[in-house]
Order: sequence, then structure tokens, then C-alpha cells
Amino acid sequence: MSLLKLTVNGKPVEVDVPESRYLAEVLRYDLGLTGTKIGCNESECGICSVIVNGRPVNSCIYPAFKAQGADVTTIEGLDKEGQLHPVQQAFLDHGAVQCGFCTPGLIMTAKALLDDKKAAGERVSEADVKVALKDTYCRCTGYQSVINAILQASGEDVKPYIPETKTPHRTVGRALANPDSLAKITGRAMYTDDFCFPGMLVGRTKRAGLAHARIRSIDTSAAEALPGVVAVLTHKDVPGRKNHGLVSVDWPALCYDKVRYAGDAVAVVAAESEDVAAEALELIQVDYEPLPVVNDALQAAQPDAPIVHEERPDGNLLKHIKVRKGSIDQGFADADVIVEKTYRTPMTEQMFLEPECSIGVPKGYNPESFGGRVDPKAERGIHFQHDKTTIYCGTQIPYLDRDQTAAALGVANEDIRIVAALMGGGFGGKEDIAAQIHVALLAERTGRPVKMLYTRAESLLFHPKRHATVIRIKTGAKRDGRLTAVEAELYGDGGAYASLSEKVMTRATTHASGPYEVPHVVVDCYAMYTNNTPCGAFRGFGVTQSCYAVESNMDLVAEELGMDPIEFRRVNALDVGGTTCTGQVMRESVGLKECIDWLEKDMRAHHEENGTPFQWSWADGTKRYAWGIGIGYKNTGLGGGAPDKASAIVEAWVEDGKAIAEVRTSSAEMGQGLPAVLAACASEELGLPYEQVRVLLGDTDHCPDGGPTTASRQTYVSGNAARLAAKQLRLILATAAANKLGHSAGELEFADGHIVCNGSRASIADAIQWAQESGQSTKIEHEYWAPKTQPLGTGGDMHVAFGFGAQAALVEIDSETAEIKVKKIIGANDVGRAINPLTLEGQIEGGIIMCLGNTLTEHFVTDQGAPWTDVMARYKMPSIKHTPKIISRIVEHETADGPFGAKGIGELSSIPTTPAITNAIYNAVGVRVYSVPVDQDSLLMAMKAGEKECLMGWGDFEPVPSVPDRILVSAEG
Amino acid sequence: MAYWKDYYTPTTVEEAVAILARYEGKACMIGGGTDLLLEIQQGHRPKMDALVDPTRIEGLQEIVEEDGFLVIGAGVTHTTIVNDERVRSRGTCLVESCGVIGGPQVRNVATLAGNIAHALPAGDGTIGTLALGGEIQVAGPDGIHWFPMEETFIGPGKSTVDAKQMMIARIRFRPTGDQEGSAFRRVMRPQGIALPMIGMAARVQLQGDVIESCRIAIGPASKVPFLAVETMKFLAGQPPTSDTFAKAAEVALEEVQLRTSPHRASAEYREEMIRVQLPKTVAKAVERAQSGQAVPEGVGA
Repeated sequence: MSLLKLTVNGKPVEVDVPESRYLAEVLRYDLGLTGTKIGCNESECGICSVIVNGRPVNSCIYPAFKAQGADVTTIEGLDKEGQLHPVQQAFLDHGAVQCGFCTPGLIMTAKALLDDKKAAGERVSEADVKVALKDTYCRCTGYQSVINAILQASGEDVKPYIPETKTPHRTVGRALANPDSLAKITGRAMYTDDFCFPGMLVGRTKRAGLAHARIRSIDTSAAEALPGVVAVLTHKDVPGRKNHGLVSVDWPALCYDKVRYAGDAVAVVAAESEDVAAEALELIQVDYEPLPVVNDALQAAQPDAPIVHEERPDGNLLKHIKVRKGSIDQGFADADVIVEKTYRTPMTEQMFLEPECSIGVPKGYNPESFGGRVDPKAERGIHFQHDKTTIYCGTQIPYLDRDQTAAALGVANEDIRIVAALMGGGFGGKEDIAAQIHVALLAERTGRPVKMLYTRAESLLFHPKRHATVIRIKTGAKRDGRLTAVEAELYGDGGAYASLSEKVMTRATTHASGPYEVPHVVVDCYAMYTNNTPCGAFRGFGVTQSCYAVESNMDLVAEELGMDPIEFRRVNALDVGGTTCTGQVMRESVGLKECIDWLEKDMRAHHEENGTPFQWSWADGTKRYAWGIGIGYKNTGLGGGAPDKASAIVEAWVEDGKAIAEVRTSSAEMGQGLPAVLAACASEELGLPYEQVRVLLGDTDHCPDGGPTTASRQTYVSGNAARLAAKQLRLILATAAANKLGHSAGELEFADGHIVCNGSRASIADAIQWAQESGQSTKIEHEYWAPKTQPLGTGGDMHVAFGFGAQAALVEIDSETAEIKVKKIIGANDVGRAINPLTLEGQIEGGIIMCLGNTLTEHFVTDQGAPWTDVMARYKMPSIKHTPKIISRIVEHETADGPFGAKGIGELSSIPTTPAITNAIYNAVGVRVYSVPVDQDSLLMAMKAGEKECLMGWGDFEPVPSVPDRILVSAEG
Repeated sequence: MAYWKDYYTPTTVEEAVAILARYEGKACMIGGGTDLLLEIQQGHRPKMDALVDPTRIEGLQEIVEEDGFLVIGAGVTHTTIVNDERVRSRGTCLVESCGVIGGPQVRNVATLAGNIAHALPAGDGTIGTLALGGEIQVAGPDGIHWFPMEETFIGPGKSTVDAKQMMIARIRFRPTGDQEGSAFRRVMRPQGIALPMIGMAARVQLQGDVIESCRIAIGPASKVPFLAVETMKFLAGQPPTSDTFAKAAEVALEEVQLRTSPHRASAEYREEMIRVQLPKTVAKAVERAQSGQAVPEGVGA
């Protein structure tokens, strides 16, 4: 231990710490300044940025003693006496705060830029912002709001970019900051790793490291004998159900017979320190019999492929999903033009910036017996009782975490409590069990709290990703442009365990003829088990993959027909009265044609601004430019006959003379802005100012079940639950007020915190008191059931609603290097109704940039089950320098059962970007890309050779299989 | 996690070398640590008992002019180099190469000495320095000596400067003068590791209408940062025309050893980039030599 002296946020501090500390560790764990977040521990993501002697540095990789004597500023040092720093204020105004995990890093880096420029007496340009924040990543916003916010903070006149929407109601339809944004911009927001309990142990997981092997034996004796090790657990220590899983229960909490992917958990350790835990993992001896590896979905379908789950009746086939509509033979007989191609998409990684973290606290835990108390500074009204096994974690599905943990522990569901901490992004990657079961087992075994924080490398290795797919698609159309038939065959790599494969690949399948009226459709999808990382949910949920194939073929057919790509889509676009490929007749809320109209208008406007006539492609020196378009749609809600419901409590009380309402539901906020939606719904119904509505999410003992946060469903289901609970509460308040005011309840109007009628007026706070005095409860729970849906294959309404979207991309390609830049994206989205245009725009921009990453930068590369992508430095997500100008158009075709007409928006914008960009690439250089992410190396070689097809994406080991002989299972009737 | 035990910030070169000696191979020099610490964390290098940080050694935190050289101390960061007016105008390719490493947070701590000590065939700052004719001052058990940097590279990531015994104390080069200019270019891909597909730098001395002499560095084009000697010979005495530059690229292609790096670049792509980018790099250096003006391009890109 050595003395480290620093000045932190203007105050001198001295700490006695080991010289091996990094600055981020000192700040977070020794000084309790948890506003500085650690995203990667490899100097890659920049979110740990703090300012040392005036310059931003990555504190995660900055040796603390390098800073001896230095002046350090962290996020906690920015706001002074309640006055926000201009950068903080601007982030709030522009909605540049979503999950909030990267926010301190963005703000600190921006502050350093502004300080520099101010000292130099220079203005800040957009280019300056892009240079300064080049390596400070954000996975939620898409950066446009970040750029605008920083420019505003520098003194430029930049207004928040909020697209035009319908006239707002009192609260619904207004651009308002998410209720938790203030905590996020000041560093007070608590994520799981920010919690610290006295007596807490460090938990670590022994991972397989082998993609496929039989376990002969596991010897933990040496690890157990290591001083400082408190517990080592294997499958023998799982008292209840050995497996977990959201759909199929096939995923061992701790492996017992085989390991099926490199990230499989074999043992867990709880130790007094991180170093001891790491050493203990090395001492665990597992004797394996290596087995042949299933490398991808096509290999998995070969008759001689090794079998991943021997007990399953269908070999490696996880699920065969079928769509049938009309007569496919008739459809192709009717066609004048037929195009058949095969496309490939890679496994991709959510790369939420907060790695998974879980803390297990044992039943009956008393911090005082460890000489401490629980720091009560946590926000959001978390109750720190531990009368049952409690797990703090970031999760998209709190109740299923609870139930799965209870099953593993062999206890009743009610004996487990999940407390959802704030989540630094999820995007689908935090739906499956991570360490929840492990920390619960370790906490109960040791009688002490246990924290498991995954390293970035472990997070990459472990969690389910987006399915790699191979998609053959055959599209037929008549000379007049009408589609006659679509036949598609999809192979999805589900990885080692089922996770949500069946659901994800169903979505890929049912969306595989696009949002078009197609009379004859056959789609077969084969979700396969392999020895890769399991694949599950990732924003877009399978539709991102199939949309790429569908929309690429649409452009090819349009070209064959000699038809304008926009006109071709307009002719075929679904409309009210149309029928989807699953037989669902659209009765309302289909704003697709309006979205397509916007694309055309805005592309033309782009050229008018430059004084040139519209053209799809042009050249300037060595640069080639072109537009490309993509159309997509995405279901709202679970659909397919699954019961889809959410419960919410709305409780009102009086605090300091003011009426306060709180919405409680176990739905998850991962940066998508759910609290803003729930608060707006309650505020609107109660006539209570938005600021007086609080939101508590994800505590299974205090919040009813909102169901999984997936399928773009929470605005619809939990929004409705909150709205309807608030409506009932309002009725109670109206009844109480009516008695006092001498009016009938129906005459009363609720607005701005007051109840008025014919000149009489009372505050809602008064009404709450009157109701309570008369013995009425002001706490209402409502369980909302979405309209019934039908299973696939039975026709009828498979989904309650669909969001529709259209995007145009303007790309620039250097003809000498094949370097690609996306200059502009126009996105038009039919969202039903914009509940909050500010947070909605954040979802749209973030989705677009994420899908831009899917097209140009992202591939989780793995070979024979061994991930090449083992650190963040090997997985590039889009940075601020990739951000194009985004033009966003909101189309609002309300859906009858959505809250105020709203549909789900979380995934929609992350679907059509890929084909928009690849279609633009084709229009620019005449080469069609059949595998993403686009590889400039292969693209250049194709361009030089005058070829029209680029069959290698970046990270691929071989070209896309040709059509159709490499496809292994032929479509059956 | 503890990846080292002791962290030293000596104030003299002698003290730094003495600490290394005392630890007998269990200590090593650290610059900004943005490569070294990751390699230790990820198990590519062994854990160390001690790290020796030169950023508090007196006199090594700055860039000075001495005996006709620009001398860069071991503690000088990429940011300091990029912002230095003397290097910007008279060592332009070094600013251009140091300006594209990482983001500001990395450039604020990463040192040029660390980049050169790492000896990666495509290290950007290394390529820029090599083209300028950089020399490094190595302090170790045998005292303090200057070496032309190309003599110290022995393999990918391997250098005669053993960071467990020695340190690069200073780097120096003769600033470009009258009728002289330099330039750096590289091609990146947006995926995978942040190393260039290929990068190159040129330093050109004109004598009226001909190229009097020239230095060209390319990486990765060999097992070590590559000095394109044959191309340099070819260019000497040639008129600075686009025809010359195109021919120079063909000469370079004869002498480089390009290979395909998985998930980074194919040999064919690299070949094409030399054909496309080398003429542009030399042309830019020539343009700067002719105009006497040099504004670094692409910094922060």
C-alpha cells in the first residue's frame, strides 16, 4: 500500500492503496465516485473518461500512481450547488441521455473540448466534436443529439432536433426529458456495479474455453484450499432445476455432462478478492473429452453433423418454422420476372456498454454484522430489506429472472426478489440468465453478499447474440410491377442453447416477404443448434436479417423490370385491407405509403437544396455517390397466440403539500425511455404535471409483472397498464372531489394538478386526501391484456399491430479504396402515435446507427466455436465519426388499442438501414453485396474485376453459398 | 486485478535504468501503457513486478531543438507532438501519423517512445518517424547511445531495445528545411482491430526540378517497419511528376513483402493501396517541398 495524493473535483484527497490500482478503480471503489463508469477496461470505449490536469484520459487503463499529485475532474465535479454545467444542461435538453452509462464519458470528453476551445478563443464545429469524441462510444443515441448538445453548450444556436408530430395533448405528444436523466448526467445514477454491500465477496465463473466436450470430472479441491476462497460450486451444488431457459429449458446453470460452447459455465467461485478469485479459477481442474464442433447452421443440418444435444429427437434442428400462403407454383407461373439469390448475415453483438453484473444478497443479511451499513444514497426509492434471497442486476425480464433463479435454488418464486438496477443498455442481450442464479447460490452458501461483474471479454464470450443467417430468397413479379410470389429459405445459427431462437427466427420467417401484398408465399426457416455462442434477442429480432434479403431482391427485381425502386415498392406496399404472408388482414394503422412518400420528397429536397435535379447516383472525382432505399416493418408485442399482458400500479399520495403519483411495474428501462412513456401516460390521465409523476421499475417485491421487455411491446402493454390504472385512480379522485365540490364526477376536469368545474377548483393533492379520508385506497393496480392473437399457421391476427418504416441512405464510395461513408439517412416511421417525440427520436436515431453498424462494421467472428472477437477492440461499433445527417419523419397512423394510438418503436428503425445502404452501394458502383458487414477489401477487388457480386463480408471465411445447391434441406409442403 | 506490484516514476534516466536493473527482468518501461497494459491484461505478456514510467524524468517531457535536430523526450505524448508548431511545419508526416492514433484520450497519454519501442510493422508514429530519418537514444546497462531507428527493429513487435533493461530516452530527426517536405497517409477499415490496412510516409528533398533524395516508410510491408530503400534510390534524381510517382509505386511493389492478415487486409488489397496511395503520399510531400507550406491533414480522423 502506498499513499496516493490527488485533487479530485477541487478537493485534496489522500488514499492508501496498492500501486497496482488504476485510476478508475481508485475513483469508483476507494473514493466512492461511481459516476465514472467502466465499459471495457481496455481503453477502447472511452466512457471512463475523466479529466487529468486538463486533459481527458481513459481512467480504466490509467495507472493511478501515474496521476500522483494531479488534478482530477470527474462527472461529480461538474454541477455546482444545483447548477448544471452547460454540457449537462444541453444533454438534458437534447435528449442525448438514454441508458446513461456512457453519458459521464461523453460529457467529460465534451467538457475538455469546450475548455480547450474556450482557452484558444475558438468556436466549436461539428468536425471538432467528431474528432474529440471519436473514441467515446454511445450505443443508444446514434450521436446526432450528442453533437447538437455539445454545439449548443459551446454557445452555438442549435435547437434539439425534434421531428414534427401531431398536436400534443397535455403531456402525451410533448418532448420531455426522461425522468431519470438528471441522475444520469450528474453521475448519481446507480447501476449494479455501483452498489456495495458490507462483507461482499467477489464472484467469478470458470468458463469452458472449449466449444464442445464431454466432462469427465471436475476437481475443485485445490481451489477450495486456496486462502481467501470462501466457496467453489459446481453442478452438484445446484439444489433445484439444473437447466434454465426462456423458451426451452436446456441451458445448464453449471454444466454437468457436456460443455456446448466456449462460454459455458462449469464452476463458480466466491473469494475475498478479485486476485484470489482469479487464481482459484486457474486451480479448478476439469477433465474434458473433446468432441467434434458444429461450426455453423448449414453444417448443423448435414446428416453426419456432430449432435449438440443428444437427447433431442430432431438432431440439431431447434425449430422448423413455416409460412404458407396461396399456391407458390401459381405465383411463379404468374411471374414475368423471377430473381433468386442467397444472402448471408453474421453473428453480431449487442455491445451494451455496461457489462453484466449481478449481486446476490443472502436471506436475512444484516450489514451491521459486517461492521457496516448499506449506503442509502441509491435513487429511485429502492428498499434495502433482505428478508429473502435478493438479486440486484440489470435485466430485461425481472420476473423470469426470479422464477428461473427460484427453480434452480429449489424454492418458491416468492422466496426470491429481483431488484432491477439501472441498465447500461440491453438491446436484447440482457434477457437470458447471466449470473443471477450463480450469485444467489453463492450468497446462500457463504451467507454473504456476492458480486459478479463480468469483464468485457467474459461478456462477449458468454451472452447470446444476433443469429447468423443464410437466406435464399426467390421473388417473382409481373411486368406491371405487382409481386406474385416470394419463396424463402432461412438458416439461423442458434448456437449452443435455445435462448429465444424459436421466437427470433419466427419473426425472421413471418417478415420474409416484406411489408408487401404478396399473393403466394412459402417460407421455411431452420433454426439450428451449433457450438457457437447461443443466439437470442437483438433489436430487430430476426427481421433485421430477413429485411436485408427481401429488400436487396426487391431492388434486383425493380431493375429487371426497369421500374423505379420507389414506385415498385409503392405498388406493392401493404395498406389497410391488405393481407400479410401469415394471413393477417390489416384493418387499420398502416402508414407505409406515407413513409415511402416522405423518402421521395426528402431525397428530392436534398437535390433541390443543392440546385441539382434528383438522380439516384453520380460521380465527383474519385468519389461515387448514390441513394438506396429499404422498407421494413416490425410487429408490436409477442403475438402468435402468446398471452401478452402487463401489470402496473399507480399510487398517489401527498408529499410537501404536492400530489405525487408513482407508476410501478416490473418492466425494464435499458435506455429506450420507458419511464418517460409511463410517466406521460399517468400524467395525461391524472392531469398531474409530468414532474410530479415518478416511476419505479423492476423490483419484483414492489412492482407487478410487466412481462419481458422485448418485441417493442412495453409502450403498448405497460403504457396501457399505467394509463388504465391512472384512469381508475382518477375516477376515485373524481368521486372524492365531486362530493366536496358539489358536482358530479363526470363533470370534473383534471389538468395541471387541479380539478376544475364551473368555477370550482381544488388541487389534486386535496382530492387525494379526501379520498384517503373516506377510506379509499389511492393505490390502483391494473392488469392489461393485449388483444388476443393467433398462432402462426392458423391465419387471423398474428400480431396486435405493426410499425412501418422506410429509409433512404446516401453513400459515398471512394472508387480507389472502396472506403464507404454514409452521408445521410432519411428515415420515415409510422409509430402510431408519438408519446414523447424527444425520446422517440432518440430511439429512431440510435436504431439507425446500430443498423448502420450491422451493415458496415459489426461481425462477431468465430471459427470452430472459438471466438476471434474476444475483446472489444476486435468489435467495432459505429462511432460518432460514422454518424450521418439523419432526417427523421414521424408518421402517425394510430392503432385503436395502443395507448393514445401508439405502436412499438424500439426495433423498427434498426431494420431497413442495411438494405438501404447496400442498395446504395450497388447504385454507386454496380456491385451488389451478398454478405455483410461490407468488406471494402472484397468490394474493391470486385470493382476492379468488373464483377457485379461481392460474396464475402468482413470476417467471413468463405463466399456466400451459391444458389441453390448448397442449401441443404429443400422446402417441403 | 493486480497486473503489477510497484509503480515507479523516476526523475532521471539513470534512476530509471537502475530500477530496471534491480528488478532483473521483472520490471519494464511503460509509456502511456495503452498497448502494454492491455497486452499484460490479456495474457500476451507476463505480469510485471514493477513498471517504470518515464513521464516525470526531467527534460524528457518536451520537444527541444538541439544541434540541428528536433528532439522528442520519452515522456512526450502524441497530443504534444500533434500540437507542436515546429513538428507540424517541419516534421509534418509525424504529426499526420501521430494524429490518427486512437482518440484524444489515448493520444493524451500514449508516447512516441512507447510506439517505437513496441516495434509494430505498421505502428503509425513509427512509420512517420522512420520516414523522417529518426534516431533513438537508448539508455541501458551499456550506457546511452544513439541509433538510427531502422537498425533496432528485429521482428514484429521485437526490437533490440529490451524494455526490461533499457529505455528509449529520446527520439530525434532533422526537421525538413528548404525545398523539403513530408507526408503520411494510411487506409483503415471500419471493422476489427485498429491497425492500418496499410500506412506510408515520405520525406522528399527537392533540388530545383528534381527529387534530390527521398525517404519512404511503409507498414506493414515486412516483418519490421519497412524502409523502401529501392524506391528511395529510384526516386533520387527523378523529376517530381505523376509518371515518376506511379513508377515509384511499381518499384515499391517489387521490394515490399505483402501478406494477407486475417480480418485486416489481403495482400492484393495492400498491393492496390500502394499503387494508389504511394504516388499521392510522395506527391503531397513534393507539393509541401515546393510551396514551403505544410498544413497537417487528417489529424483526429
